[in-house]
Amino acid sequence: MDSAQKLYFYPVWLRIWHGLNAIGILTLIFTGISMQSSIESSQILAFNTIVKLHNLAGILVMLSYLVYFAGNLFTRNGQFYIVKPKGFLNKPMQQAYYYAWGMFHGMKAPFPLSEKRKFNPLQKYSYIMVMYMAVPIVIITGIALLFPEVIIDKVYTVSGVFVTAILHATMGFFISVFLIIHLYIASIGKSPLENFKSIITGWHQVH
Amino acid sequence: MNFRFIVFLFVLLLFNPGLSDAQSYQNAKHHKCLKCHSQQTYSFLNTVKGKEDKRLMNPYFILDTVAMSHGVHQQFDCTDCHSSEYGTYPHNGNLKLEPMSTCLDCHGGDASFATYYFERIEEEFKKSVHYKVYGDNFSCSKCHSQHTYVATARKSDNVLEIVDYSNKMCLSCHNDMKKYQLVSGHENPKLVQIHSWLPNQELHFTNVRCIECHTEVLDSLKVSHNILPKTKALRKCLECHSADSRLKASLYKYENLQKRAAEGGIKMVLANESYVIGTHQSPILKLASIVIFLLVLAGIIIHSLFRIIKKK
Repeated sequence: MDSAQKLYFYPVWLRIWHGLNAIGILTLIFTGISMQSSIESSQILAFNTIVKLHNLAGILVMLSYLVYFAGNLFTRNGQFYIVKPKGFLNKPMQQAYYYAWGMFHGMKAPFPLSEKRKFNPLQKYSYIMVMYMAVPIVIITGIALLFPEVIIDKVYTVSGVFVTAILHATMGFFISVFLIIHLYIASIGKSPLENFKSIITGWHQVH
Repeated sequence: MNFRFIVFLFVLLLFNPGLSDAQSYQNAKHHKCLKCHSQQTYSFLNTVKGKEDKRLMNPYFILDTVAMSHGVHQQFDCTDCHSSEYGTYPHNGNLKLEPMSTCLDCHGGDASFATYYFERIEEEFKKSVHYKVYGDNFSCSKCHSQHTYVATARKSDNVLEIVDYSNKMCLSCHNDMKKYQLVSGHENPKLVQIHSWLPNQELHFTNVRCIECHTEVLDSLKVSHNILPKTKALRKCLECHSADSRLKASLYKYENLQKRAAEGGIKMVLANESYVIGTHQSPILKLASIVIFLLVLAGIIIHSLFRIIKKK
């Protein structure tokens, strides 16, 4: 295999989206945790400022999500997210096995990246879960919390605002967990920083 | 009733010369009542002594004319409610014994005030500790000054202002020994002391209305008037800062709507600071999130250890 092959993986629009999204999400996680822990966090930033920042970052992430959504709809980037029924469970299991055992025992990556495959199966699944489930839910519930009058008053016996807020916080939490794993997995490469360089330059080294 | 009220206003407009006086609250010195009742001192011709006399005004009878000119009853003149016999001085002593109109006398059953639910308020008030202690003597005006009251909770776009205005109504007695004793017959408890259990007392006092914890909350009334005895006051943080509740849901909704109605536009949505801490906290989810977070962290640490060992 050509060890120096370079692929232009991340077009400009995608890198801009990714950057905005990263700034937005990091701000949201920081301010979100601050609001949850409330009083202590006021020592870092005033509570009102934190709430405003959270609202602003939320709008930023929503706008950047539109870029992402349109990008995947109108460019070929969307094809990387298509899941085929063949090996629906087997493929991600193989990848998980590789991460947990194989990579330490001389096994080659089961799904090497190429022009046709930007994500390994586990990556693909988790990106779909985050970008087409968690983030949309967090955006929709976030908008609802900005306009609470659109929320139904009661879901059975529980307040609608409460259900919305819980959904918002839960999804926010899962996005945070995703982010931690995302950053960690990104450090698995030829060198720990390689993938981070790729998302900035757009070029991915294929080994 | 509504029709009668309109006719009443109409007659007032046409024939009552006092109305022009009502407009002169700002110019109190020329108002036949306020020239004395807005001042610390008043002078009159003492016919017995046959000379001008100057005396101190009873502080409880000094009116804030600026506040009056903004109050809900600003269009009325003194003698619309008080006897016209007050026009002479010294005032006839018997006038003090005359019953005054209560709020419900004008506002009861009035369709134009339907959204204020005056009758429901009275119903709730009669269950309250205020009524139980002081009976009918505890008039609406004990809290809602008929002279200066402004419906801040409905008019203001600023939640802090609403909280402040509401709490000042409570404090006007609960932080005033004489007024408190008039009703209760005993000394008023020290508010800071009896709320010492409350964390961040100052924050709570400026951001939360007393009635939030001291009334039975009803979703059908904007403000519950069933003030509870202190033994029934809310003391659990979780009642507000938790999975609760219709109360917080409605408060949150209310705050947000008020703000946007006032300033409007997308700017307000962004700057919306309505948020009740902890309203979406659930102990189980919190525990679950900590466990998941720790498991992820442990997984990453173990995996990176192997990577370091195996140099991957």
